[in-house]
Amino acid sequence: MANLHALTALGAREAAVITVGPLTITERFDVALASVAARRGRMADLAKAAKAAGLPLPDPARWQGGTPYSAFWTVPEMWLVEAPFASHELIEGMLKAALDDAASVTEQTDAWVALDLAAPDLAPLLERLCNVDFRAVADGYATRTMIEHLGCYLIKHGAGAVRLYGPRSSAKSLVHAIELAAHSAW
Amino acid sequence: MSQSHRIDAKVGGGQIDRTKTLGFTFDGVGYQGHPGDTLASALLANGVRLMGRSFKYHRPRGPISSGSEEPNALVELRTGGRQEPNTRATVAELFDGLEAKSQNRWPSLRFDAMGINDKLSPFFAAGFYYKTFMWPKAFWEKLYEPIIRRAAGLGSVTREEDPDEYEKGFLHCDLLVIGAGPAGLIAALTAGRAGARVVLADEDFRMGGRLNAETFAVGGKSGADWAAGVVAELASLPNVRLMVRTTVIGAFDHGIYGAVERVSDHLAVPIAGKPRQVLWRIYSKRAILAAGAIERPIAFENNDRPGIMMAGALRAYANRWGVKAGERVAVFTNNDDGLRTAADLKAKGVDVVAVVDSRQGEEVIDTKGKLGLTQITIRDKAGRTRTVGVDALGVSGGWNPNVNVHSHHRSRPVWNDEIAAFVPGADGPAGLLVAGAAAGGLSTHAALKSGAEAARAAVEALGKQAPYSLPVAEDAPTKVSPLWFVHHGKGRAWIDQQNDVTVKDVKLAKQENFTSVEHLKRYTTLGMATDQGKTGNVIGLAVMAELTGRSIPETGTTIYRPPYTPVAMGTLAGRSRGKEFKPFRLTPSHQWASEQGAFFVEVGMWMRTQWVPKAGETEWRQSVDREVLATRKSVGICDVTTLGKIDIQGTDAGAFLDKVYANTFSTLAVGKCRYGLMLREDGMVFDDGTTARMGQNEYVMTTTTANAVTVFRHLEFCRQCLWPDMDVQLISTTEAWAQFSVAGPNARKLLEKVVDQDISDAAFPYMGAGNITVGGLRARLFRISFSGELAYEIAVPTRYGDALLREMLAKGAEFDPVVYGTEALGVMRIEKGHVAGGELNGQSTALNMGLGKMVSKKKDSIGMVLSQREGMVEENGYRLVGVKPVDPKAKLVAGSHFLEKGAAPVAANDGGWLTSKVYSPHLGCEIALGYLKGGDKKIGTRMRAVNLVGGLDTEVEIISQHMFDPEGERLRG
Repeated sequence: MANLHALTALGAREAAVITVGPLTITERFDVALASVAARRGRMADLAKAAKAAGLPLPDPARWQGGTPYSAFWTVPEMWLVEAPFASHELIEGMLKAALDDAASVTEQTDAWVALDLAAPDLAPLLERLCNVDFRAVADGYATRTMIEHLGCYLIKHGAGAVRLYGPRSSAKSLVHAIELAAHSAW
Repeated sequence: MSQSHRIDAKVGGGQIDRTKTLGFTFDGVGYQGHPGDTLASALLANGVRLMGRSFKYHRPRGPISSGSEEPNALVELRTGGRQEPNTRATVAELFDGLEAKSQNRWPSLRFDAMGINDKLSPFFAAGFYYKTFMWPKAFWEKLYEPIIRRAAGLGSVTREEDPDEYEKGFLHCDLLVIGAGPAGLIAALTAGRAGARVVLADEDFRMGGRLNAETFAVGGKSGADWAAGVVAELASLPNVRLMVRTTVIGAFDHGIYGAVERVSDHLAVPIAGKPRQVLWRIYSKRAILAAGAIERPIAFENNDRPGIMMAGALRAYANRWGVKAGERVAVFTNNDDGLRTAADLKAKGVDVVAVVDSRQGEEVIDTKGKLGLTQITIRDKAGRTRTVGVDALGVSGGWNPNVNVHSHHRSRPVWNDEIAAFVPGADGPAGLLVAGAAAGGLSTHAALKSGAEAARAAVEALGKQAPYSLPVAEDAPTKVSPLWFVHHGKGRAWIDQQNDVTVKDVKLAKQENFTSVEHLKRYTTLGMATDQGKTGNVIGLAVMAELTGRSIPETGTTIYRPPYTPVAMGTLAGRSRGKEFKPFRLTPSHQWASEQGAFFVEVGMWMRTQWVPKAGETEWRQSVDREVLATRKSVGICDVTTLGKIDIQGTDAGAFLDKVYANTFSTLAVGKCRYGLMLREDGMVFDDGTTARMGQNEYVMTTTTANAVTVFRHLEFCRQCLWPDMDVQLISTTEAWAQFSVAGPNARKLLEKVVDQDISDAAFPYMGAGNITVGGLRARLFRISFSGELAYEIAVPTRYGDALLREMLAKGAEFDPVVYGTEALGVMRIEKGHVAGGELNGQSTALNMGLGKMVSKKKDSIGMVLSQREGMVEENGYRLVGVKPVDPKAKLVAGSHFLEKGAAPVAANDGGWLTSKVYSPHLGCEIALGYLKGGDKKIGTRMRAVNLVGGLDTEVEIISQHMFDPEGERLRG
């Protein structure tokens, strides 16, 4: 029987917290992720099952929080669902059980590195990283965007709070790009 | 000599900070200036007029302007890796310790041996090279061109790496205002007060434009003070972003503008972590071009001597920088604006000795002064000439609206007789308005009014109201009477000073029938190089118009293209250079492999382990041979996480796979996997990999590492566009799972030590697939092999990948497991005859690969029909074969061509080529795969593998591609 240790996307046993000037980058190792996509013609069934399961299915370009599930829209009739890793490491199976065959569910937890960015105002940083009109969009905005060639999801939780999901294998490159931009921004 | 030409502060302080002194050098000589100076203003303040040598004739030149249009005063700034050539001294902001050098001269600026070109100028007229260096033809490339290139040219490029950082960024706004002169300032203020999100960009380090260079009042105060007040208010508005030192370089599609912000060029060295420059992409809903106007010269004999400059520049130096460019000054003008220079200079105590107004019939016809102006010759209305000793001459031929950015989408400017200049046409970039002098409104009042009006129109179009009020400002008419060149003498009258184009050159172009503006440009070089003819183009056109009897608008303009001013290559690259050229993707075993001193190879963005050396191994082959032998002897582990993994779900998932794969997947049993071949529409093989059925409506497809993204994109296209009615959902899971191949006779025994389930041959047969657990942890197991060995691929959530590898090595230690890299992987797959990159080359069919039977004709699939085309199924087409040299010691080279024995190495005899080659430690020789015409019928024959480039001609035996365990007994074991 194996007893396997886990490494974060940045290659450590513990999630990293990196500070550059006013910016704090917190690696989130405690988030379970899964994609939920409605089966063709089954949106109504999915909506019903999701409601019963406490799973929000927000509008396009939106994130919606909830307990235990939060979710953000990715493409038509598809969402990425967040939940606490400690209680939802088996998020795929849990969602499959809840949504039955109304949706296709795929585990995405380790497909991404989750980074929380915090600073009094993140706009000067993000304008150096991606083509998102961060100042203009409302809290709860969620979008796919490119950061230094990497396809990422960006969720705005506030002027100074952003959750980024980047490709896990490029976590170090992504953090490096954010650090460089932070040195430039502040 | 310390700032001998600085005007006394009591008479005219200018916008420089005289309380601080900055030291700088030019050609090694030390000078002093003040904050607020440009290099040009500081040099002029020190009495230095000679700043460069011209491109072709090496004529002594000084600045003619005070802005970015400068053609002459080009210098090399800084030293070492930061050395930058062709920098305009007129916009280089002075800082303490600035080092500048003149360029295009030898041995010195004052004595330039290449000045001989000037004496030989009769030989160097336009078209000289084309006519002269024609024979013998072969001499051009090797002899003539290198010599000419050495003789001509501007600055030199440093050979050192640029130590600075560059960055790219994105801005979004309702209104982008380009230029912060009176029109731009009031436009930004009008829109900003109305609540619009405004970006105001100006290339200068001080906003205000011409208001900083003029003395007239705006709103009851000096123009510069009014500008400073507006800037202060704008700075207080949170919805307005002020960007000084920022040049909008081009208009692109959909309201997107490019802008270069020079963040650190005014500093000796950028602040740590700060970029030198940022290339901004500005997304605007509306934009206003308020880029002002550029004064144009009048061509007359010897009008290029240091000390002769635009009249507007002469007074800008006096008013803004407190510099008198000369002690005795004359003005030559064809319009009222030129007269302002005389008035302003007089007010500053400068001796204005002559005002030559062509409208009064007077003209400057010649000048003297070897390294700087000493005398001008004036011809009056009656034809009498007189000479006047001067050391500066201000020339004004009128003002050209700066239409550049407005014309980036090929809008042709239109002629305006009133100001005798081109103004923007009607068909500029969508959403771009033009205001101020750029629109042809040359008075301050006109600039303010059109700026405010443009802002109001832009803001109203966005649904907001934007009332405005205008400050009182001068509104003097232009009163220009066109004069392009002075008809006098046989000497050279310069039109384009950067490229040494003269009136005579235009005449010659006309004489030789290069009368189209585009031909004129290419024949004479008019308007080329760093200034792109900002001062010279219109006179060149006007001269051609006059010579051909056409009007100027009939003669037309050349095409305007971005960038508006030169951009450093580093700025275009941004952060994408060196090791930051692209991001890396690291495998789950990267940390372990790094600890072992593994060598890595870039595969796409992935850093894959290439081989893992052991102590005592001094060259790569030793490591690779060991990894291969150890795997085939016992067990080897390889990180195959990089293979693309696509999760395909939905009730139509099986039917979908039947369409995208050439073979059938809908019949695959749950818990099994199958090798699949994917074709392009044209019938060529696109990609391959195994796909496993994990549930009734759930498949996991693997792709090659290199094609992971392209295959995903292809599947999305199929799903969304070809068969939108199918119930199929896709998502990539490449990164979600750490996947390892465990191969070799002891693969099962090793895995049995870590997995929780029975994986005996009976319980988990060849091509089995399923969800398992590893110490209770969810995992996946696939019994597939790329090496020909008994092999599995085991996957766990990526975070546990490092641990799984260490666990397998520890728990399986008794089997002496080896970790192998891509090289050993390559050896084993070639030994086994599996195709990879060399064979999946985009121009090969399944039939070529010996996989023709996989293309099912019982169903329709992408590429099936076209794969059956006549030319693709011919009997003697290419077939994949194995190759080994007859002499086991002989070398093979991939890319070598098959030839029959005795056949000449010519294309007609070409039989095909070697696609991949390795050394096989099992066969004890080099082996290869290759595409051979009719190869399936040539097994057992001998041919030659010929590589003319490598000088190899090797006798080879054609064998089956399955060179190791052809019956597959090992992998089913």
